Amino acid sequence: MEHTFIEILRRALDEELARDASVYLLGEDVAAGGAFGVTKGLAQKHGDKRVRNTPISEAAITGLATGAALCGLKPVLEIMFIDFATLAMDCLVNQTAKYRYMSGGQLAVPLVVRTQAGAAGGAAAQHSQSLEAWFVHVPGLVVVAPSSPAEAYGLLKSAIRLGDPVLFIEHKRLYTMKEALADDAEPPPIGKARIARAGKDVTVIAYSAMVRDALEAAEILARAGVSAEVIDLRTLVPLDMAAIAASVARTHRVLIAHEAVRNGGVGAEIAARIGTELFDELDAPVVRVGCPFAPIPFAPALERALLPGSRDIVRAACQLLGLEAPAQE
Amino acid sequence: MYHALWRIRLFEAQVQRLAATGEVPGFPHLSTGQEAVAVGVCAHLTRDDVLFTSHRGHGHVLAKGSDLKATLAEILGREDGLCRGRGGSMHLVDAANGVLGATGVVAGNLALAAGAAWAAQAQGKQNISVVFFGDGATGAGAFHETLNVAALWRLPVLFVCENNGYAEFTSREEHSNVTHVSSFAAPYTMAAKTIDGNDLPTVFAAAREAIEILRNGAGPYLLECMTFRMAGHYVGDAQQYRSKEELAAIRDKCPIERLKRHLMERGVKQDELDTIGERAKQEVQQAVEAARAAPRPDATRVLEDVYRSPSLNAIPG
Repeated sequence: MEHTFIEILRRALDEELARDASVYLLGEDVAAGGAFGVTKGLAQKHGDKRVRNTPISEAAITGLATGAALCGLKPVLEIMFIDFATLAMDCLVNQTAKYRYMSGGQLAVPLVVRTQAGAAGGAAAQHSQSLEAWFVHVPGLVVVAPSSPAEAYGLLKSAIRLGDPVLFIEHKRLYTMKEALADDAEPPPIGKARIARAGKDVTVIAYSAMVRDALEAAEILARAGVSAEVIDLRTLVPLDMAAIAASVARTHRVLIAHEAVRNGGVGAEIAARIGTELFDELDAPVVRVGCPFAPIPFAPALERALLPGSRDIVRAACQLLGLEAPAQE
Repeated sequence: MYHALWRIRLFEAQVQRLAATGEVPGFPHLSTGQEAVAVGVCAHLTRDDVLFTSHRGHGHVLAKGSDLKATLAEILGREDGLCRGRGGSMHLVDAANGVLGATGVVAGNLALAAGAAWAAQAQGKQNISVVFFGDGATGAGAFHETLNVAALWRLPVLFVCENNGYAEFTSREEHSNVTHVSSFAAPYTMAAKTIDGNDLPTVFAAAREAIEILRNGAGPYLLECMTFRMAGHYVGDAQQYRSKEELAAIRDKCPIERLKRHLMERGVKQDELDTIGERAKQEVQQAVEAARAAPRPDATRVLEDVYRSPSLNAIPG
């Protein structure tokens, strides 16, 4: 049976609440189900002490969750939009991420910050951003960005069980995506990428919703006779360079795709690492697909014009291979 | 408690001296003149109670019972320090003693203290959480957000404001129309009081009353202690923004001098007090020698403890 991304997140949270009495959900409207209904029914089932509504106070609730994590709880904090994580940055960057290190290993912060990101449906400039690169830049944080419901299920469980602070980024475009869940699925370890589609001509590295675009692009490329391998990074910190290296050794051509702006994006870091560590494997320079350097616009036509997608990946892959791009509708 | 005041005073005098000679890295902040707040409040705390403090936190950590040598070794950046030299003066943590941390960000850990109180409440534990901060922190949004949620959830957290009249280099009059920090509590329906923070018996009594309220589950409390920073904002601050008259009043306000007068009026002899002071001096001196002899951290281990999960510590940068 298939479930949406939202339903599967709810199931993972439900199971973790039942499995571990130290897991607590915290956030704006979470007891009522949250802005997207992810936590619907969980307060009724597990009690409003375990699934707790907070005031709209991102700085304080992130601090609350961090302080509680230092004292035996495993909070799962929801920041409704990653755009609002800006209000929690002091705590996340200066406290949450550094507590383990600054205390010389005395303390740890077993905290998951679930947040929702990306552009879809005219959410406009302050509810559509992809800000993951900021967090990737902070030692002490783990950054997870699942690409599908089944992936989110396992990764959320792994994140809750990890014992280190995790930023768990859910793309709003994926929320209605449906997928079946294997009965015996073991949560994947944090830090291991997966090959979402095997191929031999070009490696497309992606994460979050962009994996869907990459798979679509691979399908189009296959019809044009190009075999693209799609790597779903799953986690941005840590970055699975071994998986990337293995793929590049097969294809010798790399394209990195993300929805965030290219400038200073995660793709820049990956490209630099490939350029340094795998230079001899490359037959062509690494290519990046990402948003141009502009805020996300409101009007649907403008939003479509700005956002990168499968068509951009196809075009970039063909360029990388010295081929003419196939006609796309 | 006279002894505890002297321990802090002399400890910080040593920090100041060692900073001047370049042995203390960074820029330590001294609480000289504010010791009565630390001692009067911490006298009521158990080891299970948790404490958070600010950048001006040496006194709180010592008053909570942390080891003199380990605390100084941390300030000197040594392997035997509380945080193995990873934290320093502004990030003292002594988890086993309930010191969950100082912060270098003004108002940075008020919410963490509330979170620790939430954890205690959620787990049905009896311990409370205390956070010390300066009046400068009231300018930060996190202060107001935290007061609101702490009152709303009736969290067992004691907010102790050390109102020394200065936010770094700027006097309170210049950064707020609100004279008393305690007046922020009322809108959130939080209990609060403003007291003379340089009079140890006053602090002791007020803290006992506040902590009793917390232990009875009757919600958070904001205790504003009017105090006096005898030192500058940081070691080396020439304090040109303070008048001669203000600085001249120091001796009158000194919490140690005041407690001494208080005790002598009640029949305690000068030589008894001198003996106590001498004992503190020797303890601090021993700690200084031990801390200075402590090994420096092994630079090859600089990448340890970024994460708890061992596999994550191998992340190449």
